[in-house]
Amino acid sequence: MIVAEQKPLEEIKSLIADYQNVLVVGCGTCVTVCFAGGEKEAGILASSLRMATKLDGNTKQVDHLVVQRQCEWEYIDPIKEQVDKADIVLSIGCGIGVQALVERFPDAIVVPGLNTTFLGLPTEQGIWEERCAACGECILGLTGGICPIARCAKQLLNGPCGGSQNGMCEINPDTPCAWQLIYDKLESQGRLELIMEIFPSKDWSNSRDGGPRKITREDLRLAAEETE
Amino acid sequence: MMNDRENAFHIVAYCCHYCAYAAADLAGVLRLRYPAEIKIVELPCTGRIDAREILLTLEHGADGVMIAGCLEGDCHFQDGNINARRRIERLKQTLSEIGMDPGRIEMYNLSSAQGNRFAEVATEMTERIIELGPSPFRTMVRIEDAVESNP
Repeated sequence: MIVAEQKPLEEIKSLIADYQNVLVVGCGTCVTVCFAGGEKEAGILASSLRMATKLDGNTKQVDHLVVQRQCEWEYIDPIKEQVDKADIVLSIGCGIGVQALVERFPDAIVVPGLNTTFLGLPTEQGIWEERCAACGECILGLTGGICPIARCAKQLLNGPCGGSQNGMCEINPDTPCAWQLIYDKLESQGRLELIMEIFPSKDWSNSRDGGPRKITREDLRLAAEETE
Repeated sequence: MMNDRENAFHIVAYCCHYCAYAAADLAGVLRLRYPAEIKIVELPCTGRIDAREILLTLEHGADGVMIAGCLEGDCHFQDGNINARRRIERLKQTLSEIGMDPGRIEMYNLSSAQGNRFAEVATEMTERIIELGPSPFRTMVRIEDAVESNP
């Protein structure tokens, strides 16, 4: 899932400072499960902003709503009326949700209430950890299912480096060394020969270095949209 | 001029059915006095409370909110009171960010047999809230109402 966390209230207040009617738009998917931008968080943020702006002597009208998925047109089209009425939209979806609202409602001023942080999973309730860097060329099949791109601070393909101490990374004693994890996993599965394979330089053009990425599936496209 | 009813402080006490609510009941049976400012709302467990309800309570003008659950280790649902404590700690930070005194909310733990303790914490909370003064939202609501009725 996409993991995000709320920006400090002070920063959010400065983003909406010049506008009177604020619409907080939450998202019912990833940011709901990571407790950053769901129904409950949208309600708390709207209430907090109403109270904070009242105390500042600049009372704002702050309403909130949540769409099931802020990153798909069919879910955000129905909120057009509320978006049109608002002076500013405070999205607490991920960065994709913010941009989807901007693209769908060209006249609306949309600002983010969250910092979209990483692609990860909850390792236990209340703790989220990064697992994928969306590098566009998955090598998990060769690394025992443990990603050195997302989990090694240096994104090494032929690790570990000298900073691996007692199985932990030098950047933080609480961060396991990804290459130690890979070694242990391959050893326990009797596949240690895989670690002897030297990875050539990675083609980063599949990742962010190649610019914004796009996937087109002709078999899925609708004839009506193709002609547009 | 405002009358006494308007001047009264309002403290909402969210009380767990299995302990604090029963303790408040016991305080009554024992004829113990506790401040009339305390308005009790019964919960099945303090683990049921969420930040949004407390914020709305304050936003609507309550001067303080008290959450009273079982002694730690004695929760009827195992750890609802511990979950509540963590949520209250975080909510206090949110209140600070909003610009409100985090002392306007407090979590207490007591057993159903502690009627006297209930009276004690209710008094303690009331004294604290009186010291902090009326909620800024109560005052603002009044000013806004006053402007509307006397333009």
